[in-house]
Amino acid sequence: MSDTQVPIPSLAERARPFSAGAPVVGVHFFGVTPVFVLGEETLLFADEGERRVKIHAGAILASASDEGRILTGGDDGTLVETRADGEHRVLATDEKKRWVDQVALGPGGAVAWSAGKLAHVRNGTGEERHFEAPSTVAGLCFAPKGFRLAIAHYNGVSLWFPNTDALPERLEWKGSHLGVAMNPDGKFLITSMQEPMLHGWRLTDGKHMRMSGYSARVRSLSWTAGGEFLATSGSEQLILWPFDGKDGPMGRQPKILAHAEARVTMVAGHPRQPVVAVGYADGAVKLVRIEDDALILARRSDGQPVSALSWDSKGQKLAFGTESGEAGLLAL
Amino acid sequence: MPIPDTSAKIPVTVLTGYLGAGKTTLLNRILSEPHGKKFAVIVNEFGEIGIDNELVVNADEEVFEMNNGCICCTVRGDLVRIIDGLMRRKGKFDAIIVETTGLADPAPVAQTFFMDEAVGAKTKLDAVVTVADAKWLSDRLKDAPEAKNQIAFADVILLNKTDLVAPEELSEVEARIRGLNPYARLHRTERAKIDINEVLGRNAFDLDRILTIEPNFLEEETHDHDHHHNHGDHDHGGHHHHHGNGLKHYHDEDMQSVALRADKALNPDKFFPWIQDLVAKDGPNILRCKGILSFKDDPERFVFQGVHMILDGDHQRPWRADEVRDSRIVFIGRNLPEDKIRHGFESCIA
Repeated sequence: MSDTQVPIPSLAERARPFSAGAPVVGVHFFGVTPVFVLGEETLLFADEGERRVKIHAGAILASASDEGRILTGGDDGTLVETRADGEHRVLATDEKKRWVDQVALGPGGAVAWSAGKLAHVRNGTGEERHFEAPSTVAGLCFAPKGFRLAIAHYNGVSLWFPNTDALPERLEWKGSHLGVAMNPDGKFLITSMQEPMLHGWRLTDGKHMRMSGYSARVRSLSWTAGGEFLATSGSEQLILWPFDGKDGPMGRQPKILAHAEARVTMVAGHPRQPVVAVGYADGAVKLVRIEDDALILARRSDGQPVSALSWDSKGQKLAFGTESGEAGLLAL
Repeated sequence: MPIPDTSAKIPVTVLTGYLGAGKTTLLNRILSEPHGKKFAVIVNEFGEIGIDNELVVNADEEVFEMNNGCICCTVRGDLVRIIDGLMRRKGKFDAIIVETTGLADPAPVAQTFFMDEAVGAKTKLDAVVTVADAKWLSDRLKDAPEAKNQIAFADVILLNKTDLVAPEELSEVEARIRGLNPYARLHRTERAKIDINEVLGRNAFDLDRILTIEPNFLEEETHDHDHHHNHGDHDHGGHHHHHGNGLKHYHDEDMQSVALRADKALNPDKFFPWIQDLVAKDGPNILRCKGILSFKDDPERFVFQGVHMILDGDHQRPWRADEVRDSRIVFIGRNLPEDKIRHGFESCIA
C-alpha cells in the first residue's frame, strides 16, 4: 500500500531518528535503550550520548540478545558478548578464523554459535561441546524448554541435547534449510528454506508441514504474543501462520494482512499485544493489529529496505534500521 | 547524510579451470596489477597457494539442490551465505572474484545469481573465465568431464602455458576449444599474463551486451558445412572436419554447439512456448544459450540467454535502419537434439 492511497494514521513523525551511517543489520534492547548492530565492527547504543562501541574487526554476521547481553558473531572469527554498559569480551575464536555466522542464547546463560559445519554450545558454567553438522550450519535456536539446540543445515535439522552423548535426532527434508525457530511451547519446529517457503515438523510425531506461496525467500520470522501466530516476511503482505491448536497450521490457511506494493523484509511480533510490526523493502514500517488489519504508520517509505526491527520487552518502544544506515526509535 | 546508492550491483567474475591450469596465477596477477580496484576474493578451501588480498573468504563449495532435487536448480549454498555476509562490508570492495576448484561444474555458481533473489539483487554475474592448460587440455577433454564443462560454459578462455607447446599443437587445442565453444573470447597467454580488462568488466551476462557474440555467430554461419568427415581420428575423442581452406574444425562427440538463424521475423506466441518447453525438457543438457531475436511487428531487438533451465530475456533496443533484422540463437550442450531444435526453431517463424 502506498501512502498515496487511503492515508493511514501515522506516528512516524514522533520517531526519534538516528544516523547509523552504516547498514543496520540488527537491533536489540537493553531495558529501554536500543542497540543497533551495524554491518561492520560496531554497536550503536542509542541512549542520550549515542555511544559507538567497536566489538569486531570486520563484518558482524549474526546477533542475538537477552536482557543482559548481546551476542555477536563476526567474519573475524570471533564470538563476542557485550553488556549494557558497553563492556565486551571475546567468548570464543575460531581456530581457522572462519566466519562465526550463527549465534543463539539459551537457558541459564548458555550460548551457541557456529562456524562452517561446527556448532558449539557453552553452558552457563563454561562447559563446551561441539557437533559437526553434515553441511554448513545455517540456523541455530535453543528449544524453549530443556537444554536442547536445533541446528538447521542441508537436507534437514539436527536436534541435539548437548549434555548427553546421544546422537542428535535428525529431522529430514530435502533442500537447504536456512533459518530455524521453535514455537514457545516447543511442539513445532519451523525452518525457512532456500526456496521461498517454510518447512515445519510437529515434534511429537514428526509430521511435516509445508508453508509456501511466498514471492521471495523468507528471511524474518517472529512469534506473536503467546505464540499464537508465526509472523513471516517474504511476500507483499504480512503472512501469519496459526499455531494455536494442536495441529498448528496443518490444513489451515494463513492470515494475510497489511497488503503493500513493497515486499515485507522484517517482522517483529509485539511481546504482549496481538500486534505485529512490519518493515518493508521500500522503507515503510507499519504496526498491524492482527484482529482487524488496522494499520498505523511508524516509518515513512524512502526506498531503503528495512533490515532491522525489534520491540523492547514491554512492547512500549519499537526500534528499526535500514540497509542504507538510517535508524529510528518510536515510543508508544 | 546522502543516501548511498544501494542499487548498483557488484560485478562477480567466476574463475574456473582444471587443476594446475593457472587459475591462482591469474588471480594473483589480477590482484597485484596497479588498477586501484579492491576485490573481495572467494577461494575454495583447498586452494594451495596463498592469495595476497585483504578480503579473502574461504568457501566450502556446497552445491545444493533446490525444488526437491531438480538437477538444473542447483546453487552454491556457501555463495548465498558468503555474499550476504560480504554485503555488510559494501563499499570496501568494487568487485568479487570467485575461484572454483578444478573439479567444479560452473553451472551451480552461475545459477546462484539467477535463482537466489537476494544474491541477484545485490550482485551480478559478469563473466565465467576459464583458464586452460595448452599442454594438457586435450587430454583432460578426453578424461575429465569437468574440464569440458568449464570450456563449454566460458565467456572468456585463457589458453595458458602456450610457451610449453609447439605452434601446431596450439592450433590443434584451439580448434578443440572452438569445437566446444565457438562464442567465448579466446586469448593465448603465458603465465596467465593478460590485460585484466580482457577478464574483468566483461558484462557477458548483461543482456545489453549480448551482441558481443555476433562476430562468432557470423563466423559460424559462414562456415562451409558441406565438409567431409574424417573418421580416422576417433582415438582423440572426437572427429574433425577438413575445410576447403585447410582449417580443422573439431566436433566433440558429446558436446557441441548448435547455431540457428532465421531471416524472417519470429512469432513470439510460438517462440516463447517452444523455448520454454525446450529448456524444460533438454535443460539438463543445455549448458548455455544466447540469442538475438526479431519478432514480427516488433520494432525492438529481443535478446535472451540461459543457463540450463533458467532463461533471462528482454527487449534491448530498437532495430537500426541499417541492420539486417534476423534472429540468431546458439546453444552449447551435450548430446543436443540438433534436428529437433532446428525444426522447432523454424516452426516459430511468423
